[in-house]
Amino acid sequence: MSRTGRDRRLSARARATALGVVVLIAAVLIALLIGPVRIGAANVFRWLFSFGNAPPGMSEQQALILADLRLPRVIVAGLVGASLAASGAAYQAVFRNPLADPYLLGAAAGAGLGATIAVAYGPSDALDLTVPAAAFVGALIGVGLAYGLGRSSLGGRATTSLVLAGVAVASFLTAVQTFLQQQRSDTLRQVYTWILGRLGTTGWDDVRLALPSVALAIATLWAVRRLLDVIEVGDVEAQSLGLNVTRLRLVVVVAASLATAAAVAVAGLIGFVGLIIPHTVRMMVGGSYRSVLPLSVLFGASFLILVDTVARTVIAPAEIPIGVITAFIGAPFFVVVLRRNRRTA
Amino acid sequence: MGKPLGIIVAVALAFALAACSDDPAVTGGPTGGSATASTGSTHEAAFPVTVEGTNGDLTIDARPERIVSLSPTATEDLFAIGAGAQVIAVDDQSNYPADAPTTDLSGFEPNVEAIVGYRPDLVVYATEPGDLGSSLEGLGITALQLNAAPDLDTAYDQIDQLGAATGHRDEAAALVERMRSDIQGLVDASDPATGTTFYYELDDTFYSVTSKTFIGKLFGLLGLRNIADAVGRGSGGYPQLSAEYIIESNPDLIFLADTKCCGQSAQTVAERPGWAALAAVSGGGVVPLDDDVAQRWGPRVVDLLRQISAAAAKMENAA
Repeated sequence: MSRTGRDRRLSARARATALGVVVLIAAVLIALLIGPVRIGAANVFRWLFSFGNAPPGMSEQQALILADLRLPRVIVAGLVGASLAASGAAYQAVFRNPLADPYLLGAAAGAGLGATIAVAYGPSDALDLTVPAAAFVGALIGVGLAYGLGRSSLGGRATTSLVLAGVAVASFLTAVQTFLQQQRSDTLRQVYTWILGRLGTTGWDDVRLALPSVALAIATLWAVRRLLDVIEVGDVEAQSLGLNVTRLRLVVVVAASLATAAAVAVAGLIGFVGLIIPHTVRMMVGGSYRSVLPLSVLFGASFLILVDTVARTVIAPAEIPIGVITAFIGAPFFVVVLRRNRRTA
Repeated sequence: MGKPLGIIVAVALAFALAACSDDPAVTGGPTGGSATASTGSTHEAAFPVTVEGTNGDLTIDARPERIVSLSPTATEDLFAIGAGAQVIAVDDQSNYPADAPTTDLSGFEPNVEAIVGYRPDLVVYATEPGDLGSSLEGLGITALQLNAAPDLDTAYDQIDQLGAATGHRDEAAALVERMRSDIQGLVDASDPATGTTFYYELDDTFYSVTSKTFIGKLFGLLGLRNIADAVGRGSGGYPQLSAEYIIESNPDLIFLADTKCCGQSAQTVAERPGWAALAAVSGGGVVPLDDDVAQRWGPRVVDLLRQISAAAAKMENAA
């Protein structure tokens, strides 16, 4: 009985993982096939199978667009989506809060403030290094403040206190950021560019910028995914099982904030992903982080790749800011998933 | 019984009286003023004068001597028509001409108290953030709004209105005449048959302008073809273009209106992924513009058009 139950759960996880991989591959292919410039499916596939060399019948310009613009943009969108979804899942586990998300916790606002300080006051020739670093520090400060405030002054574990603290911290950090922006109106435009997202200008530089942090952060979260299940039960229970709760929570928060900062640094502030993806995954495979974390990475990447494809094709040759679409698709999608889940449950 | 009736009668009477006394004041007052002003407008010192701003008709009773300008374009206009000596303060973005009295007043988020602190008799502004005009009017300060001009004719008209408002009508007319003939000269010298294409860059995330905008119309005068016009309606004239599309369009000329805001140059453009292969990049067709001039609709529009025209001519000679 318990054995068949375990098998069933295992196979459900295997099926969901297989689905996640298939969806990711499909998303990447769709994103490469569709764009404001028509390249042709046959050409794209031949280009892929010749490993990036322009096959006969394809113009040099088309090969250039695929290699230097479309492919790096798809990769960055995938990295950003995976980061936001994984950090959302991780925050939800360590704070035992279904509403924890890089935005509600103030991590994104902190990263935005850090990026603003780096653009407005830092050296202008090293932005590619200073902005992600400052965003990371800002994200950590944001989460630290929200968690500290939520625990100390608003009464411990209650779900609402952390969210309230996060909202307060995010508003405060955003206010500071707006103030700094106004003070340095000469860099206003550049700050907006960072905050509103730069997927439209993505190249291999951004892949190189984001990949190390994202890989490190996701690998860390992946490694501790079993422990997330334990810590979610409760600090006392986890401690009685011999877990160093404080250290684990610190490691997870640092890793999730690193992922958030990398995402903000290359793509600006993009909402909803950290909330929708982990919850959708939970509805598919249940609450164990052994499944939720890897699947959030897969589906988060697919989601943002597809959303970015919409952003650059719907009103082509013009673009729509990606954050607008994550909200536009994300909110109704979330409602639909919630309703379906309630009906089947 | 008789009391309520009495009240009703009294109220009705009051309304009737108010209507009688209001009507002549509204129709007779300002309209009469404007009529006298327009008949006597040939004379420089003709005040009171009625001018037409974006916020409607305004009557200016005497020659203003303490003008505050919150619009960089209006500042340039005022100095170009010889009203500079009457200007006591301009906003933080008004950086031309060099002798303009720049202050920390903001045109985007104007602070009425700070403006009133200069004791102005005329405030000229471009953007209305909500109730700037009515706040100033409420304090008895004449406020003239001249918002972003959609075309050259509106830009000329704004110069004329400022001329009338400040007592420099003739200088304003002369300036407009000079601008018209300079621009006509550039248009006549251009060859619209070449079909030269261009991409106009507002910032380094590829925001651009269509031919429906003020700046887009300038390019149209010279017969240049704008690649951003492929964008459908609904973009508001300022679409964000896809990098893919710009590369595919391979424009002959790239105009950078983001040299100051975003530090862009021919070199930074060449370093962008995929841009080095563009004809404009390899053929010297990347033209850095002065962001400020490109964003304003004042007298320096002529300089901007001259720069565009020279770049187009160079490209045609090379071809």
